[in-house]
Amino acid sequence: MSRALPLSDLVRMQAARRPEPVHVELAQVTRRFTHPATGEPFQALGPIDLALVKGEFFSIVGPSGCGKSTLLDLLSGLGKPSSGRVLFEGKPVNGVPEGVGVVFQENAAFPWLCVRDNIAFGLRRAGVEAAEVQRRVDYALGFMGLRDFAKAYPAQLSGGMRQRVCIARTLVTQPRLILLDEPFGALDQQTRLLMGDELLKLWRETGATVLLITHALDEAAMLSGRVGVMSTRPGLFIDFVDTGWPADRDSRVVSTPRFGEITARLWEKLRVETLKIMGGAH
Amino acid sequence: MTKESVIRLCVVVGFIALVEGLCRTGVIGATVMTAPSQMASQLLRVLAAGTYNHDIAFSFINIVCAAVLAVVAGFGLGVVIHSLPRLRQALEPLLSSYYAVPTFIFYPVFIVLFGVGHGSIIAIAVLLAIVAMITATLSGLDRIPAVLRKTARVMRLSRARTALAIELPAALPHLFGGVKLAVAYAFIGVIASEFILSGAGMGYAIAYAYNQFDNANMYALMLLVLLSVTLVNGLLNHIDRRLQRRQQR
Ligand SMILES: Nc1ncnc2c1ncn2[C@@H]1O[C@H](COP(=O)(O)OP(=O)(O)O)[C@@H](O)[C@H]1O
Ligand SMILES: [Mg+2]
Repeated sequence: MSRALPLSDLVRMQAARRPEPVHVELAQVTRRFTHPATGEPFQALGPIDLALVKGEFFSIVGPSGCGKSTLLDLLSGLGKPSSGRVLFEGKPVNGVPEGVGVVFQENAAFPWLCVRDNIAFGLRRAGVEAAEVQRRVDYALGFMGLRDFAKAYPAQLSGGMRQRVCIARTLVTQPRLILLDEPFGALDQQTRLLMGDELLKLWRETGATVLLITHALDEAAMLSGRVGVMSTRPGLFIDFVDTGWPADRDSRVVSTPRFGEITARLWEKLRVETLKIMGGAH
Repeated sequence: MTKESVIRLCVVVGFIALVEGLCRTGVIGATVMTAPSQMASQLLRVLAAGTYNHDIAFSFINIVCAAVLAVVAGFGLGVVIHSLPRLRQALEPLLSSYYAVPTFIFYPVFIVLFGVGHGSIIAIAVLLAIVAMITATLSGLDRIPAVLRKTARVMRLSRARTALAIELPAALPHLFGGVKLAVAYAFIGVIASEFILSGAGMGYAIAYAYNQFDNANMYALMLLVLLSVTLVNGLLNHIDRRLQRRQQR
């Protein structure tokens, strides 16, 4: 499609509501795949309209297979939309733009490097000077509770710790947009809450725009400024929930009545979508 | 030491002791086999005298050349075949049935091509070893997790840097399996070729001693080959274990 698509009303509406500049923008974005078994093309995602403002903490919840990871691929420039536009800092995304960091759903730690070298990898390759690499990596090791494991190899760590290595490796490069695809999926509930707190601290310190994909409603409700709920395939946003948390929030918001209300609203929407899958309707 | 390695050691030592006993008591005659202790002392003697230095050097040059050629060329071919899925599909059945062919039947061809000497011996050994390396390279490249390539793209690495800094180290533990096999095949290929088409080398020296009814030297040389293989294999296994330890996820 060569014709430039106009910004949809929804995007303009979202942008108008917020005084901050739009950081990331998707307009009428779709993604089609061919089914690996049947060879039939199908629409996995969209059309999606979404605008994230600078410094926003946005989460996406949705049934599995609805296209969340696909959406993240489009935002990071790893994948191309079948139609529509993806803009990062006003420029069309074509390949992975500078300033974007991604933490993947799968374990992406480099098994041949120790924790310290894993975290330093991106910095070294970007030509950051050695002393600065050392400083940032030390800080990240402390922050992520990995100081005693700096010399350990990923194979010697638990799944949760490996994921922390990946998060640290992404964060030390100080991306302006951080995309996280179910990063805490492998962790137990308590660790997840604490990791959430760490993530909030980092978000406050760096001022980065964060997009978090999660299947845990409580995680989305507790961490985000705004939560988008996606429908079953093809994934569409069926609800946006503003949490209204202050910027200095932490996991203790889970004990407030508002947390219950937000989670209930998310579940109400998601329940319908999940039932559709369980009922076998496509 | 683990219990298993103690048992393994006992089995080996026990077997040697048994053979030693059978030889000394004359159950195994001197014309059939020399006692292991005699093999060892004869080996020390010929090593000290330097009787076979030329043959030993000849064989090791062949083995090192064949192993290096097979590993480098096998890896290169593996990378090329991996990048051409069509070609790979076409070749896959040939590669998987390759070791059904007794490569040594081609030795006259190599004598015609390279003459008697290093050339034809190395050629046969490479022919024997290279496919193991190609196969290991293919499966090593297959087994690089997709998420590591994605990570490389997010880090905006160039194609060349991705290959060197991500794909090569990620595939290395699998590639090393190919290296181990290639070295083993190089050993077999070289020693066996020297039996049939050489005037020098450990294989030739063993055959020569055999034809001279020179059991003492024949068994000493056999022991030398066994010890060399064990040593090299132990070294490779040690490296392999270190690589594999990091790989477990
Ligand atoms: N490369 C691909 N080829 C074909 N189908 C794909 C591909 N990637 C994802 N899909 C399909 O698209 C849908 C959405 O996938 P995904 O974005 O991974 O979902 P989620 O992350 O929400 O669980 C799924 O049905 C999945 O099977
Ligand atoms: Mg996913």
